[in-house]
Amino acid sequence: MEMISQIAGWVLLLLGSAFILIGAVGVIRLPDVFARMHGAGIIDTLGAGLILAGLMTQAGFTLIMVKLAFIFIFLIFTNPTATHALARAALNAGVKPLTNFKKTGEDKPSKS
Amino acid sequence: MAVTALTMAHLRNLFGVVMLSGVFSLQAAALYVALDAVDVAFTEAAVGAGISTLLMLSALAITSSMEKSRKGVSKGPLALAVLTGVLLIYATFDMPVYGDPNAPIHQHVALHYIKNSGQEIGIPNIVTSVLASYRGYDTLGEVTVIFTAAAGVLAVIGRNRRSRGKDKKNGEKSMKFKSVLRVTSKLLIPPILLFALYVQFHGDYGPGGGFQAGVIFASAMILYALIFGVGNARQAIPAWVTRSGIALGVLLYAGVGIASMLMGGSFLNYSVLASEPTLGQLIGINLIELGVGVTVASAMVTIYYNFAAKAPEEWTPEEEEESEGDL
Amino acid sequence: MFAAAAIAILAAMAAALARALMGPTVFDRILAVNSFGTLSVLLISVYGFLTGRPEFLDIALVYTLISFIAAIAVTKFVKGNDENKAGDSEWR
Repeated sequence: MEMISQIAGWVLLLLGSAFILIGAVGVIRLPDVFARMHGAGIIDTLGAGLILAGLMTQAGFTLIMVKLAFIFIFLIFTNPTATHALARAALNAGVKPLTNFKKTGEDKPSKS
Repeated sequence: MAVTALTMAHLRNLFGVVMLSGVFSLQAAALYVALDAVDVAFTEAAVGAGISTLLMLSALAITSSMEKSRKGVSKGPLALAVLTGVLLIYATFDMPVYGDPNAPIHQHVALHYIKNSGQEIGIPNIVTSVLASYRGYDTLGEVTVIFTAAAGVLAVIGRNRRSRGKDKKNGEKSMKFKSVLRVTSKLLIPPILLFALYVQFHGDYGPGGGFQAGVIFASAMILYALIFGVGNARQAIPAWVTRSGIALGVLLYAGVGIASMLMGGSFLNYSVLASEPTLGQLIGINLIELGVGVTVASAMVTIYYNFAAKAPEEWTPEEEEESEGDL
Repeated sequence: MFAAAAIAILAAMAAALARALMGPTVFDRILAVNSFGTLSVLLISVYGFLTGRPEFLDIALVYTLISFIAAIAVTKFVKGNDENKAGDSEWR
């Protein structure tokens, strides 16, 4: 039982770290604000969820696990909402999404 | 952190500067966590990255959002800043090595606190016992500073008499476009308020206490005001409640001190408040933390109300013609 | 195991910071700061386990809520009218 929780913890933490790195690369390299929101979403939800799940297996059935579960629940509620509000505000401010990637080349931000 | 600070100096868009100052506070909080100062990290994260960003943003909404351009670099202030920095770094050479057990700060009073806080005060969190009991007089000064800040904002910006009727109408109109935010906030505000209460009363046993709890409470109220409009927020917690709250917290704090004087001890000596000293300390500490929390929450909410009431009406897509300000 | 996760989180924080510093529009910066906040929540949780002191989780919980409120506030107050078009970040 001890071994299973250790292995599960390792696997979840490593997966979570991998997804966080993927998301970070996405935030830097993607060409447009709206595309970068996808990268940030990977970090916030998937990476955070896996890492917190990995930490939960290490904690056992104590108050710590409940607190970690609360952090995860709040993250799930708040991060997509914040991204939604951000995308709506960006649209209202006039930032146009990049729709013709081949013509404008890479890493050119879109102006209105 | 240095990179963040330098970028903040370079940027002209003030919104970016405000966000970066939030990042700077967060880096400072991470630094404090690494240095094992959990209470300080808590306060820094809540205040520096949370409330400061919110209040600066609401101030930015009134002024313009780009800094005025300046021709070239002004040499005088830059030289002064560099000179001060060099002098400060030179002064740190004289300080004892970090963590040295023979440093003066680790002798004298700190040893007494660490050794005797258990018997004399009886709560597990030494930071709270030092802050609230051994150094209660200083904390009274801090609460008075917050009170003065809120009073200063009230004196300068003043009360908004004319917009009371308009607030309700504007509040209702802008709620149509934000269904996702409305639902999520309605789900989240009660846990945030509960968490503020938890932090307030858990300060004896873990990181927490009055300041952090007040800040979290104020953040929940500001979230409500952001999404449902300042008019609706003013109906939920009216302005007179927050104005009295600022004074009430300080009154509670000083009142505990005077009560302990009336019961025979000196000012802010909680041991005389009950039959045995540790129980008296517990009562005293909880009461003054409550006072601190009430003042901090009311002060932040008051400042936000006053800033936000002056902001021009927010820009929603279908309502471009209704751009009259609140005044 | 915790050390590996902490290093990955630190690398991602550096990346988010870089995006915050160089993002051409202000919304890039807001996005990057929001990610930075979530990553620092994760870092504090992992660090708490690393040093065997899980009291830090209170800080992480508070900061999740506070960074959400700050992000919402910024999107409310960023104006999209004439002088503050979203794509201005001139360096002096």
